[in-house]
Amino acid sequence: MNLRRFPVMREISIAVLVFLYVPVIVLTVYSFNANRTATVWTHASFDWYLRILANPSIRAATWNSIVLAGTSATAATLIALLAALATRRAFPGRDTTETLLRLPLILPEIVVAVATLLLFVSLGVSLGLGAMIAAHTAFCIPFAYLPIRARLDGMSGSYEEAAQDLYADRFRTFRRVTMPLLWPGVMAGFTLAFVTSLDDFLTSFFLSGPGTTTLPVYIFSAIRAGITPEINAISTVMLVISILLVSLSFFLGQLRR
Amino acid sequence: MTDAHAVTIETVSKSFGRGQSAVRVLDNVSVAIGRREFFTLLGPSGCGKTTLLRLIAGFETADGGTIRIEGADLTKAPPFHRPVNTVFQSYALFPHLTVEQNVGFALEEQGLPREEVRRRAGEALEMVRMQAFARRRPSELSGGQQQRVALARALAPRPKVLLLDEPLSALDLKLRKAMQIELKQLQAEAGITFVFVTHDQEEALTLSDRVAVMQGGRILQMGPPRSIYEAPTHRFVADFIGDINLIEAEALAGGGVRLAGGGVVPVPGATPGRVTLAIRPERARMVAPGAGVVDATLVHSAFLGTAMLHKLELPDGGSFLIREADLSAPMPERGGRVGLCLPAEALQVMQA
Amino acid sequence: MMQSAAVRQLVLLLPALGVIVLLIGVPLGLMGWVSLLEKSASAGVDWQASPGAGNYLRLVWEEDFDGRMILNPTYLVIFLRSVLQAAVTTLLCLVLGLPVALWMAGLTRTGRMVMLLLVTIPFWTNLLVRNYAWLIILREDGWTTAVLNRLWPFGPVQLLYNDAAVAIGLTYSFLPFMILPLYSVFEKFDWRLIEAALDLGATRRRALRRVVLPLALPGIVAGSLLVFIPCLGAFVTPALLGGGKTAMLGNVIQAQFGPARNWPFGAAVSIVLLAIMLAVMTAMALWRSRRAPR
Repeated sequence: MNLRRFPVMREISIAVLVFLYVPVIVLTVYSFNANRTATVWTHASFDWYLRILANPSIRAATWNSIVLAGTSATAATLIALLAALATRRAFPGRDTTETLLRLPLILPEIVVAVATLLLFVSLGVSLGLGAMIAAHTAFCIPFAYLPIRARLDGMSGSYEEAAQDLYADRFRTFRRVTMPLLWPGVMAGFTLAFVTSLDDFLTSFFLSGPGTTTLPVYIFSAIRAGITPEINAISTVMLVISILLVSLSFFLGQLRR
Repeated sequence: MTDAHAVTIETVSKSFGRGQSAVRVLDNVSVAIGRREFFTLLGPSGCGKTTLLRLIAGFETADGGTIRIEGADLTKAPPFHRPVNTVFQSYALFPHLTVEQNVGFALEEQGLPREEVRRRAGEALEMVRMQAFARRRPSELSGGQQQRVALARALAPRPKVLLLDEPLSALDLKLRKAMQIELKQLQAEAGITFVFVTHDQEEALTLSDRVAVMQGGRILQMGPPRSIYEAPTHRFVADFIGDINLIEAEALAGGGVRLAGGGVVPVPGATPGRVTLAIRPERARMVAPGAGVVDATLVHSAFLGTAMLHKLELPDGGSFLIREADLSAPMPERGGRVGLCLPAEALQVMQA
Repeated sequence: MMQSAAVRQLVLLLPALGVIVLLIGVPLGLMGWVSLLEKSASAGVDWQASPGAGNYLRLVWEEDFDGRMILNPTYLVIFLRSVLQAAVTTLLCLVLGLPVALWMAGLTRTGRMVMLLLVTIPFWTNLLVRNYAWLIILREDGWTTAVLNRLWPFGPVQLLYNDAAVAIGLTYSFLPFMILPLYSVFEKFDWRLIEAALDLGATRRRALRRVVLPLALPGIVAGSLLVFIPCLGAFVTPALLGGGKTAMLGNVIQAQFGPARNWPFGAAVSIVLLAIMLAVMTAMALWRSRRAPR
């Protein structure tokens, strides 16, 4: 008799998994439907994928999204790495610092987004890629910080003591021991920050200027204009990219624990 | 000026925490450790022995006092400027490096050419008979193998002093015994001063040239294992190391010590007043009732394999252990009266 | 030594704290100030206006033609709906998430890892895309509606653009937020307690109610908070799956910063949303600290 088993839990869980994945599967299947009305299944085709590849606004939006996510995630990861190293040892005010670093996770995104819009407009900062990079960097910090911090917490301080004992100075210790051991956490943090920025809609929606639409903002306005098979195709592409990146981050997190 | 000592510690103190919650871990400790000595810091957990080791390694900074290594004042020097290396309790082998890279780590940091690093890492691995595992990762090794690699890594840069922080505590009993012998041989071979930290008194007595027994941040007694064992100067030391009988007694003005409900033993040099007599179980003997200094009742006897252990009850209700190595000696009956013979030279008097 | 370590720590923290304070703290402070101002004629903010609570009063009252203040239920209804919608979603997530978390914790190591990944993936995939998937399933000319119309004899079924559609979308969006904290509680659970309960004569169902649930309470609270708060500020789900009559606070804020161009009023709504959130979090923190000493 397994103590951890309770009646009907398994059935409910399977139902929940179905609930979680059926919409995603339906979306993916429809993206391969040749029929434009999208209601009637005709036959499988890659037409819509070829069309989005050819669509210049989608290509521009994709490029904007990648530049935005790449820049913000890199900046956020660097900032988070420094912060994680600083908060490793206890000091007065550490709890407050950590709460501040997690603030973007707690606050409703729409409130922060409009507040940032307000700030930028009142300062005369022009909206667009620069504004989005700044805002994305801010809300990506906790996503990069938490995996790095988790990795640091799981790392015994005696490795660094051993390195110093074996004649490596502080800088060499960081390069030869701390960084290599921390690396999977840094990569996991970067990946999560990248996905978060790539998937973000609200902040970009308020801060994107003319000509700097990101992919999610493009999808939103396209949905508003009506459901089309092209949207199914881009959405599926976005879904696949996120799933790949998150799985990557997950495995990096499990690495050599 | 060259110092004859490998490590000289003078009036070193260390506290952790601040203000009200500050805890004094080391209190005015002074030790001089000779060259090529196998020196052991022995004590229960929290006695300050590991802190003292970490101060020598440079992982902590002393609040006061000086630490010299072969005469050079290194009190404030960071770990990477000290000619000492540490074998960590958890080994702390770098998981991202191979065994060979681990052992070569310090040599590379010292800027030795690649060939030299390889050669000396190989030598160090050979010393601990681990050369076959050079390309493995630490996670692929057993506890005992990791222990050897940790030793090789710390010995490879040929430190002036090797610090060992309870290195055998993670091994099982059999492996621990084998490693004890190996450690002793390694020390003789390498000709390096070993400073060894342990809470295992048997290990300390077996391995060391000299032992310092620590408690509450102080060194209570320091000396060769034999004198620590046979002539403990503190109750704590006597109690901590091996089995010992402690008997409350009264020192007389004319010399000699009177046992409660018994006779007087001729032990010289005790200041009159209440004292504690200490005697090891194997040094006391049972004789016929009335023939010893005091009579006792045999409560229980147990066979230990190489000896008999008898538990007696003294007239004042205290218990007394006797270890009888001669298995053919006549055995009194349980509950019977016996006399206790306490040879004066085996008795240690401690002021209560 | 001590001094330089503290300085080093501060220098390392500076970029992170700087970015968070400048790009989150300062904007929120500015918004608080703007919520007390009035909009200017050109639809911006009238920075010269003397600060007052006008925007907050307008959430409840409006001036009628005779200049009297009368109750305006428009925004009150939206507030109420947002809180209710968030509460319903939280409850749905709990009912669905608790069994999953409990079941996951009982799996083998590999099983747990796979399930953890399966639950985490939706958490990270695009919110917009996931709500869009429901748009496809629920839309009028979709097969779901067609099938239901066959089965339902009383006239055509409308699945989209109502509160139920929004609730489904929100539950779908935030379910992982409930499962993950609950799972982390059950993962560390001492299962021998169940053995003890069964030994003392409890049935499995009773053991679940009297032992498992009380011990899972911290996880339930944490998960509920993680679902409730983002639900309150939801924008995408009501915008895509809801209709004109299902607007939530997020939609009001977007409208004021977008088409309606009344930024000070939008700022006031945002501040109220923050205040509700803060109140809920404080209540939870108080509850937790009162419970802790035991």
